[in-house]
Amino acid sequence: MISMPRIISPHHAQKIMNVVLWGVGLLAIVILIIIIGYILWNGLPQFSLEFIFGNPVGSGESGGIWPMIVSTFYVTFIALIVATPLGVLAAIWLAEYAGESTLVKAIRFAAETLASIPSIVFGLFGLTFFVVFLQMGFSVLSGGLTLALMAIPTILRTAEVSIEAVPQSYKEGSLALGASKWQTIYRVVIPAAIPGITTGIILGMARAIEETAAILYTVGAALAIPMSIWDPARPLPLHLYILATEGVSLPNAYGTAAVLVLIILIITISTNYLVEKYTKKMMGR
Amino acid sequence: MARNWEEFLVEKVLLLAAISSIIIILLIIGFVIQQGLPAMEQVGPLNFIFGMDWSPSYDIYGVFPMIVGSLGMMALALLFAVPLSIFGAIFLAEVAPKTMRRILKPTIQTLAGIPSVIYGFFGLIVLVPFMRIHFGGSGFSMLTASIILTVMVLPTILSISEDALRSIPLEYKEASLALGATHWQTIKNVIFPAALPGIVTGIILGMGRAIGETMAVIMVAGNTPIIPGSILEPARALTSNIALEMGYALGLHYNALFATGIVLLMMIIVLLVITNYINYKRKVTVGGGYL
Repeated sequence: MISMPRIISPHHAQKIMNVVLWGVGLLAIVILIIIIGYILWNGLPQFSLEFIFGNPVGSGESGGIWPMIVSTFYVTFIALIVATPLGVLAAIWLAEYAGESTLVKAIRFAAETLASIPSIVFGLFGLTFFVVFLQMGFSVLSGGLTLALMAIPTILRTAEVSIEAVPQSYKEGSLALGASKWQTIYRVVIPAAIPGITTGIILGMARAIEETAAILYTVGAALAIPMSIWDPARPLPLHLYILATEGVSLPNAYGTAAVLVLIILIITISTNYLVEKYTKKMMGR
Repeated sequence: MARNWEEFLVEKVLLLAAISSIIIILLIIGFVIQQGLPAMEQVGPLNFIFGMDWSPSYDIYGVFPMIVGSLGMMALALLFAVPLSIFGAIFLAEVAPKTMRRILKPTIQTLAGIPSVIYGFFGLIVLVPFMRIHFGGSGFSMLTASIILTVMVLPTILSISEDALRSIPLEYKEASLALGATHWQTIKNVIFPAALPGIVTGIILGMGRAIGETMAVIMVAGNTPIIPGSILEPARALTSNIALEMGYALGLHYNALFATGIVLLMMIIVLLVITNYINYKRKVTVGGGYL
């Protein structure tokens, strides 16, 4: 066997690869700065009291985005009210009660599938199930429920991991004191896992806030503030999509994009803070 | 006695919540199939999947151009994203000093969290004109969409690969270094091969994300329902096909869009089965070989 002639010595290869690896790492940072910087640079100058708290004029050519902010809040709220209990309770069952049965495997596979189904397919389902079959119409409720389905796997997975991370000794201590299984979970395990569960809920919230395709054909696109959950609405990402693709108003599109980016930045920073605090607490004991 | 009842009840309620995932997934698959099947039947499943012509006004429905569009954009995006993500993951797991890691980790997280409409908007405003000037044409193309998709799937592949690289036992690395290998030789010949199954899982999840992406692709790909002659021509993805036309679709057209959803679902489920298979195999080899 002929071995490949060594063109580059291992030590040169080491040096070259160090440069390549650093380059890729820096590239990721540069990309993020360019995207966020560009949106904020063009979007922040659009901010004014009128823009944030005003109603859109026409189909959004000028005026503000207050109804869209309210709509985003409503659909996200509905999504979380439904997805949080389902996700957290399922996580408790999977982490504390489930063994290794076929049912457990099926549940895990279902949650995994739910996490990877394309958002437009959720949109299709929302349209045929909530809007048409359950006759909820194009409404805050239909949109919120569709988003809830998408948030469940996110909340479930994060909550399950954090419940499993609670040290066994906590549970043993509680059980040894004569507490029942549920008392132990309720009084000891859940309080210890709360930061992780909160992180999961925030991540689910982020997913609901940013989602567009799933609400495209479930929430309607009304420009007015929804007065009840049965009214159609237009959350921020949908508004941005319409402004940008129908060429309604570039400045307002920039402004809307900047609001969305700021919301996501705040969410990312706060989850990071929570995770850091949580890991410190766990390591400290 | 009351205590036991409470315990029993609590467990059943929790079980019910856990089972809801299965119920939801069955409902989704059931309803999408139920709405899509009429179109599949009327057009014929093979004609629907391999049909080259999509013209709703003549009731002709073939999604093959969109399948090519989706797979093409995905493949192109992976071509860029896989090397970048793997190098990025190696950097994070092996090379980066602590301060750099503290900056890069949140950066990747934020990239993962940026809404897809924002990526689409940025692509539309910045990348499309850039492509128009430098590559000609309209700027809306498969290549433009793949560049945006590259940035979108990068965090997925990178963070899963990093986890995989980090989970390699330290002994492997120490043994290689002790034999006189350089750090890069150790990474290339020991750590990377051992982490490969995990990295492949990350790549497949990235594939799923690229195929499933709707908004960003719709805003930059040009969306003509024809197989593109080159990567600089516009193309339409399966997801975009649904999102573009659902607003005004009636009758068979409406069903045909749900049938497009069935094709998408099938692709995703195939990818999921493959990842599960890899994870299953990995568990066996690690369990038998190392412990």
